[in-house]
Amino acid sequence: MTTLNALVAVCLAYVLFLFVIAFVAERRAMEGRVRWLRSPLVYTLSLSIYCTAWTFYGAVGAAARTGLEYVTIYLGPSLVMLGWWWGVRKLVRIGRSQRVTSIADLVSARYGKSNTLAILVTILAVVGTTPYIALQLQSVTLSFAVFSEGGQALDPRPGPENTTAFWVAVGLGLFTVIFGTRNLDANERHNGVVMAIAVEAVVKLIALLSVGIFVVWGLSGGLAATLERIDASELGQWSVDGGRWAGITFLSAAAFLCLPRIFQVLVVEASDESHLRVASWAFPAYLLLMSLFVVPIAVVGLDLLPPGANPDLFVLTVPLDQGQEGLAALSFLGGFSSATSMVIVAAIALSTMVSNHIVMPVWLRLTGSGASVSGDVRHVVLTARRLSIAGVVMLGYLYYSLSGGGSALATIGLVSFAGVAQVLPAMLGGIFWRGATRVGALAGLVAGFSIWVYTLFLPSIGGAGVLSAAVLEAGPWGMGWLRPQALFGIEGIDPLLHAILWSMSFNAGIFFVASVASFPTPLERLQGAQFVNVFQHSPGPRSWIGGVAQTEDLMIMAQRILGARDAMALFRREARRQGVRGDLPEPTPEFLGALERELAGSVGAATAHAMVGQIVGGMSVSVEDLMAVADESAQLMEYSARLEAQSEELALTASQLRDANRKLTRLSVQKDAFLSQISHELRTPMTSIRAFSEILRDSETLPAEERSRFASIIHDEAVRLTRLLDDLLDLSVLENGQVNLNLREGRLSEVLDRAVAAASIGPGGIELRRDRRAEDAVWLNTDLDRLAQVFINLVSNADKYCEAAHPVLQIRVAREPGRVTVDFVDNGPGISAEARDTIFEKFSRIAEQKAGGAGLGLAICRQIMTRLGGGISYLPGQGGTAFRVELAQEAALAAQ
Amino acid sequence: MSERPEPPPRSAPLVFLERRSYRRRRMRDAARLLPVLGLFAWAIPLLWPQGEDGSPSVSGALIYVFTVWVVLVAVGAVLSVLTGDGDEPGAEDRSEGGGA
Repeated sequence: MTTLNALVAVCLAYVLFLFVIAFVAERRAMEGRVRWLRSPLVYTLSLSIYCTAWTFYGAVGAAARTGLEYVTIYLGPSLVMLGWWWGVRKLVRIGRSQRVTSIADLVSARYGKSNTLAILVTILAVVGTTPYIALQLQSVTLSFAVFSEGGQALDPRPGPENTTAFWVAVGLGLFTVIFGTRNLDANERHNGVVMAIAVEAVVKLIALLSVGIFVVWGLSGGLAATLERIDASELGQWSVDGGRWAGITFLSAAAFLCLPRIFQVLVVEASDESHLRVASWAFPAYLLLMSLFVVPIAVVGLDLLPPGANPDLFVLTVPLDQGQEGLAALSFLGGFSSATSMVIVAAIALSTMVSNHIVMPVWLRLTGSGASVSGDVRHVVLTARRLSIAGVVMLGYLYYSLSGGGSALATIGLVSFAGVAQVLPAMLGGIFWRGATRVGALAGLVAGFSIWVYTLFLPSIGGAGVLSAAVLEAGPWGMGWLRPQALFGIEGIDPLLHAILWSMSFNAGIFFVASVASFPTPLERLQGAQFVNVFQHSPGPRSWIGGVAQTEDLMIMAQRILGARDAMALFRREARRQGVRGDLPEPTPEFLGALERELAGSVGAATAHAMVGQIVGGMSVSVEDLMAVADESAQLMEYSARLEAQSEELALTASQLRDANRKLTRLSVQKDAFLSQISHELRTPMTSIRAFSEILRDSETLPAEERSRFASIIHDEAVRLTRLLDDLLDLSVLENGQVNLNLREGRLSEVLDRAVAAASIGPGGIELRRDRRAEDAVWLNTDLDRLAQVFINLVSNADKYCEAAHPVLQIRVAREPGRVTVDFVDNGPGISAEARDTIFEKFSRIAEQKAGGAGLGLAICRQIMTRLGGGISYLPGQGGTAFRVELAQEAALAAQ
Repeated sequence: MSERPEPPPRSAPLVFLERRSYRRRRMRDAARLLPVLGLFAWAIPLLWPQGEDGSPSVSGALIYVFTVWVVLVAVGAVLSVLTGDGDEPGAEDRSEGGGA
């Protein structure tokens, strides 16, 4: 008989072997030789942690008790994997694109990165998994006891074996801490662990197959004989509970998707989506092999072993009974590896959840300033995770030693399944239905979880526990319809089915109703779209407004979580991608999104979001914010457009005012100049008139011709005065509109002739160039005298002011539709731009030094032309001074 | 901003696919149907008479369940090869009656 010591040695050797495997795998992964490590085969085998010690030992036990029903535990997962095209594929894609670290993280990320949900799912997972870990410890303890007591381990009560369970727990915790927390990024592959799990999968498969083959061909004498033996046994009659058959199939399928440890290997550790393709059929095949020999072993065990032997241990006790100690040891190793792999992965998965969703947020809150505190956060996260692992394993041990083991634990597998399956509606709803909301998920989870606790979990841990037998019998406070195992008075259902039925219906129903009734936050809607349409979306939500975050702060934070080297590499890569010089990329939304996903791989979506949010200054951008911002900016833009229009108007007015002011100033100067001019003009003739009239009065001896000359001077000066006064009068008459027009018909050329003659250009005066033919062609019907006055003014002005060496005045006549223009263009220097504004004003004089009129000529011209229905304007760009006289249509008659 | 290559325009859903893609889509439909068939086949034992004379033997049930299992695994393995490598543009949820 194998001694206990030898068995312990085998165990230690096996554990050492696992250490080596994990270590080598880690080494190879670090060297980059991961091709084999990340093959579909390893992925498929790692899924086998579904088969725990409970299924390794318990399946035979279940078969011995209830016949073929045990197989439903395997049918559910097989269907899920065969139906990978429905859901698992999407789950894995989402897990990869969102860098999901756990099932709690997935649910939280889907519903707007809600940490409340994450905590709830974490608690649910811990509550659901702890008994399961206890179960593993119990099975290991039991199997040890089998060997120590020679196959008669009928009393699984924790006694001296308790120490076994304790040391197993310690050993597993140690292994998990060493290989499960090597890298902070929980989203990275735990190559060592996965490899070890894969090896354990092979070990337990070989162990079970060996026992099966031994039983069928060694003990029963072949396949046909075995089948006969089965039919002849007490299991031979076909009898299954249809409800349980369907219910457990559903439950195992649901649990397969929701169990934290399965999620860990199925989604989180998935290195390549295409592995799913192989696993979709290979994993069902693995399950098939695992369950193939269960019934034969059970039947043979029932046959060979004395009645009362624990059927849960047939896998061990049948070979032992037959003296096959080597086979028994192999079988023991199979059970041992089932237990260890489950505990390891469950501890990793749970510790990730606990540290990311409970410890880190609490720690961040306690340390106050959160992500911006100094110091390396990495060690905090790692410590949190390690402590969580130790905590989870120890919790399992505590549960084991407190619950007293025994049959209570035997059912805990399905109880645990039913518990974690409560996540299913929120998870599936989240990835398939965009309308699922956080409120709905919370409500559904709470309802399902509560009902599960009340109807299944509490009753399962014994009447001596929280629920007394009285409550079980009559309901709380005597309310019969609230009996935990017969809600609403519906009795006679299997307790497990009863619990599944009510918890899942209430869970899904409330989830749906609350989702429909509530309104999701913008972030939820965004994430919902990302999740549901994961195959159409580019990965990653764009949820940060860049430009606010300080890249350097982000860098400091990222270094503390990812490690200096990785963070630098990430930032440099991003900088290169953006085409930015140096190592600091611009905090664009894409970069922030990528960084957040990267951090989420280490600390979970909600925490990463919060950390980036703190650095970015709370600029967590919900669509709501974006919409508000968009609204605001639209308003701002409108306002600014209005302001701009107003300011343009103001600028225009201001410039007009400035022009007016300039003009006024100039006018004022001109008026002053005119006043001095006019007083001078008036004074000069008055002076000479006074002087000469005094001479005439006082000197009687003047010769006649002298007197006559003086008298004519006086006369001339008087005429000049009169003309000046006439002009002033004329202007004021014209301005007041009191002028009477004397309309006559005539040719333009005649008017011009008269004007030129009247301008009395002397010899050496300006040369005129006229176009007679054009002038003759124009007939006028207007006040010809007034028009002539305008022409005289223009011609004599040109004569007076043209400074060219050989002054020339060109008179051009042009007929345009509706009007006739007469241009007077000389070859002088022209009039400066400033002066052009004022030349038509009264008292305007172009050059002070030029003597001449009083500066009324052009003002009179303009008044006349306005009266005649035409106009006069300065014509710029003609090379000299140029005026254009415009005659309106009716004034100009076309030549007959 | 540096120039970025334009993302390929998302073309409107194709109405007709080339033969190979079409075949692949149908294989995906088959892959989707497979678990439904499995569920159906594994539910059949519930219809068998129970615990009385004439009820099938457990060995028969065992053989039935495992035969279904083997067939499902085999068909699943064949389909997993035939469904192709996933993501040609617009692989999901549209086209010729395919899609969930």
